Amino acid sequence: MHSDRRTFLKILAGTGIATALGSNNSALADIATLRGYPDQFGVLVDTTVCIGCRRCEWACKDWNKLPDQKALREYEKDQAVFQKIRRTNADTFTVVNRFQNPRDGSKHIYVKKQCMHCYEPGCASSCFVKAFTKQPVGAVTYDASLCVGCRYCMAACPFDMPAYQYYNAFTPEVTKCTFCFDRITKEGEVPACVGICPVETMTFGKRTDLIDLAHKKIRDNPGRYVNHVYGENEVGGTSWMYLSAVPFNMIGFRTDLGSVPIPSMSKPFLSLVAPVFIVIPALAMGFYSFKKRRDRLVEEEIKQALEKKKEGK
Amino acid sequence: MDATAVTTEFKPTWVQEKLFLGMTFKEYLRSNYTPFNAVAAFILAIGIPVIMYRLIYGLGPSTNLSDNNPWGIWIGFDMLCGVALAAGGFVIGTAVHLMGMKEYGFLFRPAVLTGFLGYLFAIIALTFDLGRYYRIPYPMVVSWGVNSVLFLVAWHVALYLGCQFVEWCPAIWEWLNLKKLRKIFVKATLAATIFGVCLSMLHQSALGSIFLLMPEKLHPLWYSEYIPLFFFMTAIVGGLAMTIIESMASHRIFSQHIKDHDPAHLDRVTIGLGKATSVTLFAYFFMKAVGLAHGNSWSYLETAYGYWYLVEVLGFVLIPAFALMYAVQNNRVRMVRGWAIVVVIGIVLNRVNHSIIAFNWHLAWADRYVPHWMEVVLTVTVVTIGILTFQWIMNRMPILYDHPDFEPEKH
Repeated sequence: MHSDRRTFLKILAGTGIATALGSNNSALADIATLRGYPDQFGVLVDTTVCIGCRRCEWACKDWNKLPDQKALREYEKDQAVFQKIRRTNADTFTVVNRFQNPRDGSKHIYVKKQCMHCYEPGCASSCFVKAFTKQPVGAVTYDASLCVGCRYCMAACPFDMPAYQYYNAFTPEVTKCTFCFDRITKEGEVPACVGICPVETMTFGKRTDLIDLAHKKIRDNPGRYVNHVYGENEVGGTSWMYLSAVPFNMIGFRTDLGSVPIPSMSKPFLSLVAPVFIVIPALAMGFYSFKKRRDRLVEEEIKQALEKKKEGK
Repeated sequence: MDATAVTTEFKPTWVQEKLFLGMTFKEYLRSNYTPFNAVAAFILAIGIPVIMYRLIYGLGPSTNLSDNNPWGIWIGFDMLCGVALAAGGFVIGTAVHLMGMKEYGFLFRPAVLTGFLGYLFAIIALTFDLGRYYRIPYPMVVSWGVNSVLFLVAWHVALYLGCQFVEWCPAIWEWLNLKKLRKIFVKATLAATIFGVCLSMLHQSALGSIFLLMPEKLHPLWYSEYIPLFFFMTAIVGGLAMTIIESMASHRIFSQHIKDHDPAHLDRVTIGLGKATSVTLFAYFFMKAVGLAHGNSWSYLETAYGYWYLVEVLGFVLIPAFALMYAVQNNRVRMVRGWAIVVVIGIVLNRVNHSIIAFNWHLAWADRYVPHWMEVVLTVTVVTIGILTFQWIMNRMPILYDHPDFEPEKH
């Protein structure tokens, strides 16, 4: 009996540790309240305006001091890069791709891509060391000083945006667009790419205002746009949003992502942690005591049988 | 062994007795010239430089990982399969210590040892995959990302490793002849087992839950809200099937250790394990069908991915379930063992399907991942070191037999 009680106490101690580890409830509330950044900024990209000059790519490299920078003139000249669809990589936080225009073959559609800065980012909910933070201004920032390099964020991003410094052997980092977090918070400026655009493809502002603007543009120019603001509802909403003249799947966007935020996919599972540590030990101890009792009954039976045998002699 | 008989006055020192199996160092070295060790040495001769290369030059030159394919076989095979196939420790522990299935008691120690080493080497393989492997304790001591399923996996795998170590400890203390320590750890086994059941349930299913965040990347036939349950059920299957295979192999290879080796008893137990495997496989199959209906992904069955899915679910779940049922009913032990191997291949296929084949299925073929030869070599090397460690321990510690100086463990 005594040893049983002690085991039970040990198990209780174990549950305590687990509950301390879990403390999921408060943290989950964290993510649930992410929608509460009403003043967050965003960028509206009008793909019908972009001329494919790639100055935004230059400005991004320039501001973030990324390697392989070339002269601005070379960016504008180099049309060869459009021959295949590119994605962001360790040294390039944003890329402009060219697509055929199904309506007018002579006019190409250019689409700038970078981290979408989701309202409820999959990368942040995947990271087991909290290296990603959704900032109140809307940016999703990355802290390399915490990163272990598991690359779950890259797997969890529905837009395939984070890239990795695979060729950095000792201090590799996950890289992605920072929303020029330092520029917009400290200097009160717009992101570098938005600032340099010669044709005002991008509009920086409060996200709520941008949604209004986007819908107004669609209303006012019925022939010009499809009736869809990409990023308004995709995976729960993103800070970067797009307007297009053609369905978005024709210009390199996934239209099958749904409107459910990525973090909410794993919430039901995470909420199971505490119950398991309560229910399973209880069941296990139940099973165990049944077993003990069964063993004791068998032993007694044997004893009685032996005694009977003795008496019989 | 013969050599000791010749030198009759030879009395082994502690080191000779515990480490060199009662031989002198020279004899011990000579006893290691075996074909098996030659193959192992060959693998290590290639594998260890590859490991060094990975650590010095990084993931870029040593793997085919890319920005689109951040995870390769080091996660898909080493981690996901390693942990699933190491579930024997918790399955047998539950059966023996909680449900009181005494018949299976002799399987407990080998199962726990296999489990412990399986987890340990899965973690070792994982460190090579991590970009900053030297930060592996970060989720424990620096920053807690409690919203992440991976956080759960990291903590629970670490804690469960501790639990299995506690369960294995009595064998270590018996080997070193430390009676008091052994007594304490035997008593702790029950608590470790119960705590271990909770941890196993959660991290086995959490390994599947990792994919919950990727509905747009995993093929609809594999993506399901039931993924956690699927991974948990298949881990039980993996644990049972691996115990069948492992007990067969060790009773053959290490039979000289077992004084009163009773093949009939092992056969009886194997039949029991085969029955449990069959039942779990049937349950898993029906659960998979429910998952398919729930996700309403029937139409995908008539695609190439669908045929591949059917290969997995019919060929490696339903057919083995029926075959094992037949073998159990007709008392065909060899058949149970044979199909256990098929079942283990099925588990590997299932994990590789989730992490590599059905993953990123929207990408063009040119962008898809195929492992680099160094990734394969590193995996083989880690597995080899694992097997060598298992062999080293089996030759020294009372894993397969009761140590004559000690009372058997009792709960």
